[in-house]
Amino acid sequence: MRQDINMSAETGQIEAAEAPPAPPRQTGGGLAIRGLEHSYGELRTLAGLDLEVEPHGVLGLVGPSGCGKSTLLELICGLREPAGGTVEVDAARDGAGRLDRCAYMPQRDLLLPWYSAIDNAALALRNRGVGRAEARGQAAALFERFGLAGFERARPTELSGGMRQRVAFLRTLISGKPVLALDEPFASLDAITRAEMQEWLAAALREDPRTVVLVTHDVEEALYLCDQVAVLSARPARIVTELAAPAPRAADRDATVTAPEFVAVRERALRALHEGAQ
Amino acid sequence: MNRWLLPGLFLAALIGLWQLAASTGALADLLGLEDFLAPSPAEIARAIWENRSLLAENAWVTLQEILLGFACALVTGIAFAVAMHFSVLVRRATYPLMIASQTIPIIVVAPILVLWFGFGIVPKALVVVLVCFFPITVATVQGLGSVDPDATKLMRSLYASRWQIFRRLEAKAALPYLFTGTKIAIVFAPLGAVFGEWVGSSSGLGHQILQDNAQLEIARLFGAVFVLSAIGLALFGLTALAERRVVTWR
Repeated sequence: MRQDINMSAETGQIEAAEAPPAPPRQTGGGLAIRGLEHSYGELRTLAGLDLEVEPHGVLGLVGPSGCGKSTLLELICGLREPAGGTVEVDAARDGAGRLDRCAYMPQRDLLLPWYSAIDNAALALRNRGVGRAEARGQAAALFERFGLAGFERARPTELSGGMRQRVAFLRTLISGKPVLALDEPFASLDAITRAEMQEWLAAALREDPRTVVLVTHDVEEALYLCDQVAVLSARPARIVTELAAPAPRAADRDATVTAPEFVAVRERALRALHEGAQ
Repeated sequence: MNRWLLPGLFLAALIGLWQLAASTGALADLLGLEDFLAPSPAEIARAIWENRSLLAENAWVTLQEILLGFACALVTGIAFAVAMHFSVLVRRATYPLMIASQTIPIIVVAPILVLWFGFGIVPKALVVVLVCFFPITVATVQGLGSVDPDATKLMRSLYASRWQIFRRLEAKAALPYLFTGTKIAIVFAPLGAVFGEWVGSSSGLGHQILQDNAQLEIARLFGAVFVLSAIGLALFGLTALAERRVVTWR
């Protein structure tokens, strides 16, 4: 929430609003995964993963379909408990502590059709007991800043795919949690909208940095949006390689993804992906 | 209003054919009956008009039974569905019994209810409850369980308590299902009331239908059937209207 209040202070909209119930602390948001194991019955999905994300760092996870990427996100968010190893978010190891610090954005936008766009975005505030008008006020400031002004009262079915994803992302952002877990947020979009949304997300994270774990199928998307990209193998998933992106979230996406450096890293990532899929 | 045109025309054609067949005596001949046993639509309309106060009186009795029974079924059905949704124990214990109870014909239960609760409104309303409870409960349970598991995870990650998940997610998702069950229930509710009246009553449309049958007042009997059907249609229409008001996102 501290970030929300900062933001609104900039727009001068809700500066003096009464403080909502105190959220969990917002400092840091570093993430440490050690020896993480998971299996569904006999099926082993995660084979001893070690991953580290700095506070405000963006980690990309790419890997073959069904390799357990979504499970990994659920484990990080405290929606599931690991069979072995530890997940530590801001020194919180227990499920409830992780759930308090991580916001989960599932694959489909899952906007609730009975609420307007702004009420969907403000869900986390409403769940924390903020009044309707106050929650809408806070969300409206973000709608303004993130190119959604004018769509506050639209029902989800009236929004385009890209718009829906923006609202879904704002809903995650407004939770005020330090860690965002995004599960293939743009998988359902067409190529052009997808590129636009990547630029949009890059801008949003430049303005409002958070610790992010981004699962995607798209190597280019991962290398553009993330600082680090971990390539996972087929089930049971292990880390094939970890690559540093040359120019994370640069303003000019087209120039970034066509730069020789970027192309070289992408090649390495694709090779590793291919290797791990065997 | 185009969607009403076709069924309207069809109905008009049927009534016209019936009028023709009855007024020429062809219908009675075909059935091998006296003319007055196969009344024409015009004769039925006249019977309704001439007996309007009697019909209104009996319709009011039956309507009260329907509304009381339906309201009780709605409240208990929703409460029961919520209990089944929250408690696996309740669901496991009662769901099979509820299905099994539906195999007992209502017409068999009605006499017992009259025996226990007398000749007043209570046994009729109870038969209506028995008819309405099942579709409402089953539909609501299904609706509460229709929520995408990912949506529940999302809500949990957005600080939602169990109660908030119920109120903002599950209950809303269940509303269209609830209305589907309610529309089925409301159509069968008049049937329940008539069953109840047939077993033991001194008023109501069901009672009048029995009497008219015995006294060979066939035109008036058809009139009572017409009024009963009008009640069912009106209640269905009101439910559909309420649905459109409440479920605005479909």
